[in-house]
Amino acid sequence: MKKTKKSVTPLNFTGGWDYAPAPESKDHVQLKDRYDLFINGAFVKPLSGKWFDTINPATEKRIAAVAEAGEKDVNSAVTSARKAYDGVWGKMPAKERGKYIYRIARIMQERARELSVIESMDGGKPIRESRDIDVPLAAAHFFYYAGWADKLAYALPGATPRSVGVTGQIIPWNFPLLMAAWKIAPALAAGNTVVLKPAETTPLTALKLAEIIQEADLPPGVVNIITGAGTTGAALVNHPGVNKVAFTGSTDVGKIIQKALAGTGKRYTLELGGKAANIIFEDAAIDQAVEGIINGIFFNQGHVCCAGSRLFVQESVMKTVVRKLKDRLETLVVGDPLDKNTDIGAINSRMQLEKIKKYLKIGVNEGGEMYQAACSVPSKGFWCKPTLFTNVSQSSRIVQEEIFGPVLAIQSFRTLEEVIEKANNIPYGLSGGVWTDKGSRIFKVTGELRAGVVWANTYNKFDPTSPFGGYKESGVGREGGLHGLMPYLQHV
Amino acid sequence: METSKKNKAGSAARIGVLKTYKLYVDGKFPRTESGRYFIFKDTKGTALANICVASRKDFRDAVVAARKAQPSWAARSAYNKGQILYRIAEMLEDRRPQFVAELQQQGLAAKAAEEEVSVAVDRLVYYAGWSDKYQQVFSAVNPVESSHFNFSLPEPTGVVSMIAPEESGLVGLVSVIAPAIVGGNVVVVLASEQYPLTAITFSEVLHTSDLPGGVVNILTGTRKELVGHFTNHMDVNATVYCGSEAGHIKTVEENSALNVKRPFVYTTDNWKSEEMQSPYRIMDLQEIKTTWHPIGK
Repeated sequence: MKKTKKSVTPLNFTGGWDYAPAPESKDHVQLKDRYDLFINGAFVKPLSGKWFDTINPATEKRIAAVAEAGEKDVNSAVTSARKAYDGVWGKMPAKERGKYIYRIARIMQERARELSVIESMDGGKPIRESRDIDVPLAAAHFFYYAGWADKLAYALPGATPRSVGVTGQIIPWNFPLLMAAWKIAPALAAGNTVVLKPAETTPLTALKLAEIIQEADLPPGVVNIITGAGTTGAALVNHPGVNKVAFTGSTDVGKIIQKALAGTGKRYTLELGGKAANIIFEDAAIDQAVEGIINGIFFNQGHVCCAGSRLFVQESVMKTVVRKLKDRLETLVVGDPLDKNTDIGAINSRMQLEKIKKYLKIGVNEGGEMYQAACSVPSKGFWCKPTLFTNVSQSSRIVQEEIFGPVLAIQSFRTLEEVIEKANNIPYGLSGGVWTDKGSRIFKVTGELRAGVVWANTYNKFDPTSPFGGYKESGVGREGGLHGLMPYLQHV
Repeated sequence: METSKKNKAGSAARIGVLKTYKLYVDGKFPRTESGRYFIFKDTKGTALANICVASRKDFRDAVVAARKAQPSWAARSAYNKGQILYRIAEMLEDRRPQFVAELQQQGLAAKAAEEEVSVAVDRLVYYAGWSDKYQQVFSAVNPVESSHFNFSLPEPTGVVSMIAPEESGLVGLVSVIAPAIVGGNVVVVLASEQYPLTAITFSEVLHTSDLPGGVVNILTGTRKELVGHFTNHMDVNATVYCGSEAGHIKTVEENSALNVKRPFVYTTDNWKSEEMQSPYRIMDLQEIKTTWHPIGK
């Protein structure tokens, strides 16, 4: 065959066919105009007398008002959790406890569509993700841990497991229902009672879960769901009646909580920030890897603690990978979260959008080369085009700090030793990815990455049976799987 | 102990050669950089030795040595780590009379000193045996729904600073060091103020057991001065504090928040109890790593 000089024609994405709108209907969704606190099995008005609005970040329109729990409300929730622990839940035969949790899983499955739509409305994530990932995984989590309730003796070899008591749980806005499931399911299976505080920008699916818990006829007080912002969370963490705190959120807040708990004897698990390295070797299946990188950073608008936000590409394939990434970026559909074609939805809040924009500026000011998809975004709502940065270094702030948005920082490397050094040279240690065709190299890299979850030739996969959690400043303890049960048990 | 007894003035006996007690850092026996010392006396008030009062700088040097030693220690095979722990037990047993005598000099009754050494040796054997088993007991293959091979296994947390039990100069020391290092961690330990001699003599045991330098570093000094430094260092991954002083516990736990260290507080005063040995002590200083690997053609 005659060898001709290769020239790559840039792909033309303009003037192509657009997708016809395919919006998911929200007619069947039943939302109240105002939500109270779920305490002791009933919705009760907040003693604080305050409510606040939750909005749809894609339209900036108000969806509903939710109660703001004050200190007295937190106290009432903790008291009811204690009463339920001492009086009912702690004494209940384990297999009966399990059956309640199975009930919750089943009702969630039945109401999956409704939950998905609300999740996308309240948080801005694409319906494709809430429908196919968040909600089914949340139900699966309850289903998985339900079965553990009467098998706890097998979870801690050589020890006698015992529940810890009342747990105070604080969850973030990026996977609102899923995080509620990650927290509540193992706590209940282990025999504890719960006071859960959802994030202030995404409280609705947790309140729907409260309705489901009512429907499942769970004894009053076993799960209490109180809405509010940081001060509500602080009151919960500091309440002397709480035996264990479980927090998912930023490393900054995690450190504040860890410090606040010092000397109190309370147990805690922290699932904090990350800045994962996604590493591509030259022998990787490049197209597959490009898909993996895209999913790694743009899944849920990059609002993912384990997002593959640092890309390391072996030098010999750097050009090809960057070109393919740019091409792929142009085909991503950014827009209405309820449209089934949407790949990237709305940024969760104005505050988060400001933070992302701040980092884009920092990246450019530090000499990074920014590339954004040429797509248009709606005029109302909070949006950020998918963004790549090249020409960045290890010391760049956008390489060191968690942005929690659709922003990827790309660096090259030559040798395995070099990339391991770079990947680990960061205070975080939540997750990582490696792309290569060589089996021995996969396990070399996954073994050397100081991170709690490592994906080989895949990324952002989750399962109720699979433990998740960080090394170093990415947190303490695991959630999911057998290891996710342990923090909710004490061994005697 | 013959060698450290002071020769009475005027006696015709030969002059004893006294041992100089120093720190154990990076597989070497340096003096404290601070030049400070305190005179350690037996219960009758006879001066036995000058003990180094380690400083913040000594601690920081030890952390550097420990960090350097960590990856290669963790990379040793489980079999090899087990053999080294067993070797430590052998060396300790071999020097039993010396330890018994030294513990008595520090105020223990003869029977208690004998028991202290016996339990310490047995505890080392216990943890040596765990070296290639805790991974099996505490790991999991996770039956995920998607087409992936998914498994979780423990890995060492890293560099651990330790405030060793005050009441138990040998068993206490061994009980915190052994589960940490058998799991691939490296440690910097502050020895008991009450029993500093045993700690330094134990480092001689470590030194002759094929344990690489830097894996265990032992300092003598005061809790009051060092508890803050032991816990606010940003390159330390976990802290073990043995004791029940509320102020210290608060410091340990508060400082841990600086870099999300894992703090562990053990309040027991009965380190000889069998309950104080457990694979869960190993697991305290382990992180669970989950790996996803696709299954396909």
